[in-house]
Amino acid sequence: MRQPFTAVEGVMATMLSANINTDAIIPSAWLRTATADYGRGLFGGDRYDADGRERPGFVLNRPPFRTARILLAEENFGCGSSREAAVWALLQFGIRCVLAPSFADIFYENAFRSGLLAGLIDPATLAALVQSADRHADRPVYRVDLPARTITAPDGTGHGFRVPASLAEPLIRGDDAIDTTLRHVDEIEAYYIAAGAERAWLYPAAEQG
Amino acid sequence: MTGEPRGSVPLTVFEKIWTSHLIRQLDDGRDLIFVDRHVLQETTSAPAFEGLRRAGRAVRHPELTVATQDHIVSTAPGRDEDSNPTGRELLGLMRRNADENRIRHFGVDDPRQGIVHVIGPELGLALPGCVLACGDSHTSTVGGLGAIGIGVGTSEVEHVLATQTLAMARPRRMRVRFEGRVGEGVTAKDLILRVMGEHGIAAGRGCAVEYAGAAIEALPVEARLTLCNMSIELGARFGLVAPDETAIEYVRGREFAPQGEAFEQAARIWRTLRSDDGAEFDREVAIDCSRVAPQVTWGTSPQDVSGIDERVPDPAAFADAKRRDLAAAALRYMGLEPGTPLDSIPIDIAFIGSCTNSRLSDLEAAAAVVCGRRVAPGVRALVVPGSMAVKAQAEARGLDRVFRDAGFEWRDAGCSMCVSINEDVVPPGARCIATSNRNFENRQGPRSRTHLASPAMAAAAALSGRIADVRKMRPA
Repeated sequence: MRQPFTAVEGVMATMLSANINTDAIIPSAWLRTATADYGRGLFGGDRYDADGRERPGFVLNRPPFRTARILLAEENFGCGSSREAAVWALLQFGIRCVLAPSFADIFYENAFRSGLLAGLIDPATLAALVQSADRHADRPVYRVDLPARTITAPDGTGHGFRVPASLAEPLIRGDDAIDTTLRHVDEIEAYYIAAGAERAWLYPAAEQG
Repeated sequence: MTGEPRGSVPLTVFEKIWTSHLIRQLDDGRDLIFVDRHVLQETTSAPAFEGLRRAGRAVRHPELTVATQDHIVSTAPGRDEDSNPTGRELLGLMRRNADENRIRHFGVDDPRQGIVHVIGPELGLALPGCVLACGDSHTSTVGGLGAIGIGVGTSEVEHVLATQTLAMARPRRMRVRFEGRVGEGVTAKDLILRVMGEHGIAAGRGCAVEYAGAAIEALPVEARLTLCNMSIELGARFGLVAPDETAIEYVRGREFAPQGEAFEQAARIWRTLRSDDGAEFDREVAIDCSRVAPQVTWGTSPQDVSGIDERVPDPAAFADAKRRDLAAAALRYMGLEPGTPLDSIPIDIAFIGSCTNSRLSDLEAAAAVVCGRRVAPGVRALVVPGSMAVKAQAEARGLDRVFRDAGFEWRDAGCSMCVSINEDVVPPGARCIATSNRNFENRQGPRSRTHLASPAMAAAAALSGRIADVRKMRPA
């Protein structure tokens, strides 16, 4: 079991560019050890200068976005490398939810597996949220409710978002994906035996331990 | 399970392989798919093994699992696990996790070590019609043999270790047809870069891509591996070429491939793995190969690509406002002016390697350009074979001498300057022509500038000191 996810409420930061890739989200310099501080490495290439000092202009270095819990972005968020550390970096920084019109396939899977909500929004909702965030720049606190699929702005305005039920429900319940699959363990083994009978050449014999 | 059409419904080759690996459809609509081969590497597997330990779970099918060390290994000639001190921890964890779980491990001390997507086909681990998973986004490479390669994150690596399955939504079907004659000096790398140039890096999102057409059928397997490798740069998690006699002959005799009568049995099944006439695709695009020149990227996304005979584009020329802004930002990062001829851009580094272009035929193509010439003064040029087996084969053909005599470094196998997670890094502000797959900002190191191209083009640039049209290189 992991922590069930129902809603997240907090500061929403916006990063208005398309195709934000996972190398940008967590540069490879932060992937060299098993215990890296991914939260510190989040957007490391943009967030720090050559001497490792914070660039004051970068959104996540500015109050109130230093404590962002929600990230608003454009198309194809998370493209590129399969590194799941991109998701871990967002989570360790404090971001629990990314809202974008589309996500890259592998990032999207990784997000839900690690407990990050990746909500799909229409281009019109993106535009409305960008305007809303401008209006509430002093206190951009939003609430994202997963079961209700709603985003609530500081002034109470509501917006919708989409998540396939197959990904939302396990996140809401806090299911462990491996436990869920292992409920079908008999079918998995039956498949393996049948496929092995038909394609013995594909499956080398297991060594006896 | 033989992939014969069911009833009268014509199927794509992808659907045939997928269906033959379907354990069941899950209540939520996703499919539970059996994974025939699982390939591990050191930078995405350690937390997966840690997760198994915490949950008290075992590796379900260690005999279907292999591991190698490729991402963070030093590529210095004669290296070992300690040569790159920052890599020692992850390399040690890979070795220990493999040993403790009785997983075959091709470490840096093994002549079979190499990049996951190079050694899979080379060792006969990846086979036509199989499903292969790996914690790396370029796993679609093995699609070049007619396999389904699935690139996954670390949670899914753990899921495969524990269950030998993946639960996935069935992707949409996309076909890219390559029509017309491929010109001189144009390679599979140029063809796939052109697809991105014309259709963008999100064209394949949610799709399994089949590459088809007479130009693809004429490609040797290694070129097909290059083509399928960059499916993820098209946004697609899956990409393949239907297996044919070329693919089947490639597999014959490889170490872990079926042998003798078993091979003939397997080949009979592989021959049925073609998209049926009338099979439906959700999306189809076509590329006219006769109009494709050798390609080179000028920006910070693989879709920022043009023919070598073109100029750096003016961002204002893009009709789409967002694309205009992205292109302008890319040129600022790359330090390029609109209108600059691509074949005049000076380079500091030429990198020949990576899972995209580090196989024997890639090195042969580069060596054919290099032969008898010298790397331009001030240019660092390096060749990093994709596997130690590729390195040995190249040396048997004397290619190492060709490269070394010209002033190239001749290194040991690994991912090297593609992911730059080891010590092979492009210095800040330096410009590198690379045969790898990603030209993102900071990809090859902080403030590195990357131009993607084919091995022959990278070789031509190394000799010229600037990006050059390999078709115009005079004989040495």
